[in-house]
Amino acid sequence: MSDLKHPGRRRFLARAAGGIGGLVLGGCDRLSDNLEFTKLLKSAEALSRFAQRMAVGRTALAREYGEADLSAEFRANGTTEPSDPEYQRLAQSEFADWRLAVGGLAERPRSFSLTALKELPSRTQITRHDCVEGWSCIGKWKGLRLAALLDLVAPQREARYVVFYCADAMNLSGDKYYESIDLDGAYHPQTILAYEMNDRTLPIAHGAPLRLRDERQLGYKMAKYIMRIELVADFAHIGEGNGGYWEDQGYEWWAGI
Amino acid sequence: MTKDRLVYRHRIWVRITHWINVVCMTILLMSGLQIFNAHPALYWGNASYFADPLVAISGFPAWATLPGSEWLAMGRRWHFFFAWLFVVNGVVYALLAVLGGHLRADLAPSRQDLRQIGLSIRQHLRLQFPKGAEAKRYNVLQKLSYLGVLGLLCPLIVLAGLAMSPQLDAGYPWLLWLLGGRQSARTIHFISAFSLLAFVVVHLLMVLASGVWNNIRSMITGWYDIGDEHV
Repeated sequence: MSDLKHPGRRRFLARAAGGIGGLVLGGCDRLSDNLEFTKLLKSAEALSRFAQRMAVGRTALAREYGEADLSAEFRANGTTEPSDPEYQRLAQSEFADWRLAVGGLAERPRSFSLTALKELPSRTQITRHDCVEGWSCIGKWKGLRLAALLDLVAPQREARYVVFYCADAMNLSGDKYYESIDLDGAYHPQTILAYEMNDRTLPIAHGAPLRLRDERQLGYKMAKYIMRIELVADFAHIGEGNGGYWEDQGYEWWAGI
Repeated sequence: MTKDRLVYRHRIWVRITHWINVVCMTILLMSGLQIFNAHPALYWGNASYFADPLVAISGFPAWATLPGSEWLAMGRRWHFFFAWLFVVNGVVYALLAVLGGHLRADLAPSRQDLRQIGLSIRQHLRLQFPKGAEAKRYNVLQKLSYLGVLGLLCPLIVLAGLAMSPQLDAGYPWLLWLLGGRQSARTIHFISAFSLLAFVVVHLLMVLASGVWNNIRSMITGWYDIGDEHV
């Protein structure tokens, strides 16, 4: 009993399949707008975070590459030239007047000039930058270890996250970029605040005067144009409460994949 | 149709994992295309050489992506949720297949099977399908393609997906070595997805050609009509 002998039935099947397909797709698109359902989908993020933390040691190093692997073209994503007048003013004097305030839940909050930061222990690494869009570029970064900076300000015991406030406005209402990482990420040996890229002063397109490198996360975690750092116990009161600008747009706080 | 022509062909857990897999693979493919559209080009090696991609297209049409509009964050949510379900479902299937004898009894080709590959290919090309006792079991081409898809293609697509994770690359550097780099892993993930799609297309054509209702019923209720012995 072959169905090939029943063109009417075949037509019906094809239509039924098309109809069901349309319903399913329409349904999926409606589900994407359903808060409860997207919360269910988002639950996979906690599972991925837990599994990756179990599977990867705290101090496992991201692969480091050689000079020969450096990307000829390292794409600059997001903001490439902050329009903020204060930032523009600082950039004109090559960030001589720029100060990085490090505070929040810290015993000894203080601020640093770029010169002072460059005197702290530095690290140089050639690493791969993976953008959430799917591309990768390899670059050479020099900067101070975030761990060294945190040691200077002495985080309080309640501190769990490091929040980076940036100069670049992301929309017309002027919401500025921000990001957060946890202390595991902050104290990782390869986590640095970079002021040099490919042996030159960090270009504005890549986040001058200072950007984060957190080599085991996706690119959007690595805040550019850092103006201020705050230690916090949680980030529910910052922005829309998801831990970063892109997180507030629906991206994962855990950007390990 | 007499009752004794019906044979119990698919066990309950094969049927359940099969349909869960149908849902997972559909959603993974479409949300995967949404993610791909965020940078619709492929490269080989660790980094993207923007001037010299392997392939660069303008992106897949909205009807093929989930969500239908450009929405990378939501595409990722769908993708990772159903990726977990796909892996858990696959592990359950693999365990039951090995422990329950499904692998040895139904999937592993016998020597005699392997000798009949030529015959089986000719039969498939003529759209002739076994009836009677022969229809109680998978033919050799079914066995080989199911084994290839379940044993090679599915593990490969998961591995290539994991190799795109910067976190896992730090813990398991051999992932990159095995797959030829992070961008290679992305390319392999993409090729594997379309290989699975090609398998599904052929699978559906075979289902249509060898009796769609009989096949669908057997994958829902387990019972398959093997037809008359001498047809």
